[in-house]
Amino acid sequence: MKPAPFDFVSPDSLEEALAVLAETGEDARILAGGQTLTPMLNMRLVEPAVLIDISRLQTLDYVRRENGHIELGAAATQAALEAWPDLPACAPLLAQALPHVGHFQTRNRGTVCGSLAFADPSAELPLCLALLEGEVVLQSSARRRVVKAADFQLGMLSTARESDEMIIAARFPVAEAGTGYAFTEMALRHGDFALAAMAVMARKGSLRIAVGGVADRPVARDYPADLGGDALDDALNDLAWDLAAADDHHATARYRRELVRRLGRKTVEEALACRA
Amino acid sequence: MPRLKAGELSRISFELNGRTVSGYAEPRMLLADFLRHEVGATGTHVGCEHGVCGACTLRLDGAAIRSCLTFAVQTNGRHVETVECLAAEDGTLSRLQAAFRRHHALQCGFCTPGILMSLEDFLGRHPSPGEQEVREMLSGHLCRCTGYSGIVRAVMEVVAESESGDA
Repeated sequence: MKPAPFDFVSPDSLEEALAVLAETGEDARILAGGQTLTPMLNMRLVEPAVLIDISRLQTLDYVRRENGHIELGAAATQAALEAWPDLPACAPLLAQALPHVGHFQTRNRGTVCGSLAFADPSAELPLCLALLEGEVVLQSSARRRVVKAADFQLGMLSTARESDEMIIAARFPVAEAGTGYAFTEMALRHGDFALAAMAVMARKGSLRIAVGGVADRPVARDYPADLGGDALDDALNDLAWDLAAADDHHATARYRRELVRRLGRKTVEEALACRA
Repeated sequence: MPRLKAGELSRISFELNGRTVSGYAEPRMLLADFLRHEVGATGTHVGCEHGVCGACTLRLDGAAIRSCLTFAVQTNGRHVETVECLAAEDGTLSRLQAAFRRHHALQCGFCTPGILMSLEDFLGRHPSPGEQEVREMLSGHLCRCTGYSGIVRAVMEVVAESESGDA
């Protein structure tokens, strides 16, 4: 339960970090908060040759509102976002979801971009990014590109990031006026990985529902705004089956489908109540 | 740009509970292990080594963090506080420690240092938490002796004392 040996690089700038990444590629890992990477190192699930510590790069440590987005740099912690004074107004969904991300002791170091990079199917932040149709900014020494949430997370722990790229920022669209947002999850203990997590955005003209923890990635779907009663139950039932849930040692597929149906209904009702 | 080679020792120096400490560590050495094996500060316990059990929690620049998920090399020049800083020099317990003793909030004591250090940060940010918030905070710590009831009672008593101005 101790990491295998690695070189430890502390770049003084983003450019230096990207240069090391370009040179080392798949054998390098970016260390930001380390709240997922370090457990994997400790358990030797990953044995990179080089760790590139970006946690002290001030230029990447920011949360700001810009062009209709809340943009976070790669070194911005989950705690920093949680403490951002504009959060409840600008991103009520994130304000609801963040307390479920690990524990406050891990949010003190864990970063938002790090969670997106890891791409755990049951993680809250990728689910929020999927529901809100946010984007990530990927940069290498050679290029910069912006990737939409739906194109970024490709599957279980798998993303569109190339080995010479790092996520330098994440962008969540600012909450729209007259739209209701809600987040709910079921976990065995507060802070554990979700057995199922639901996020809902209720616009005047449409309803968007996203599910985490069931399929191999967060799945978001759009529905008509007037979906209610039996039609809502039917839609959630179809969604639950489409996710192809699997049994694991935390819960059965059948239980997860039931969570999608029940949590789904509850979360939709909450989002509609917020919109009113 | 500083680059530490795998397996090579480098000098680490930081402030621990108000005193400068130093030692040598490979890049892969966890802060928890550095404290226990290099500095000799064994108050911080090591449990799961993947951030779940909370036994190794301490404060880094004031924030409660897992020292099993932080490398010693990352703490150069920073401020670390561990459970050893809580009681007075003469052994007088802090209010929280005394409340833990009164309410049987520990039995074997393995989880206690981490819980106390989390609470130092948590109660600083939330001076008047409700019981539910305290229980949610404690979800970041595993205690297999007490069933948490005594811990919750101890915390709520300290909170009530602070609110009534007995602090």
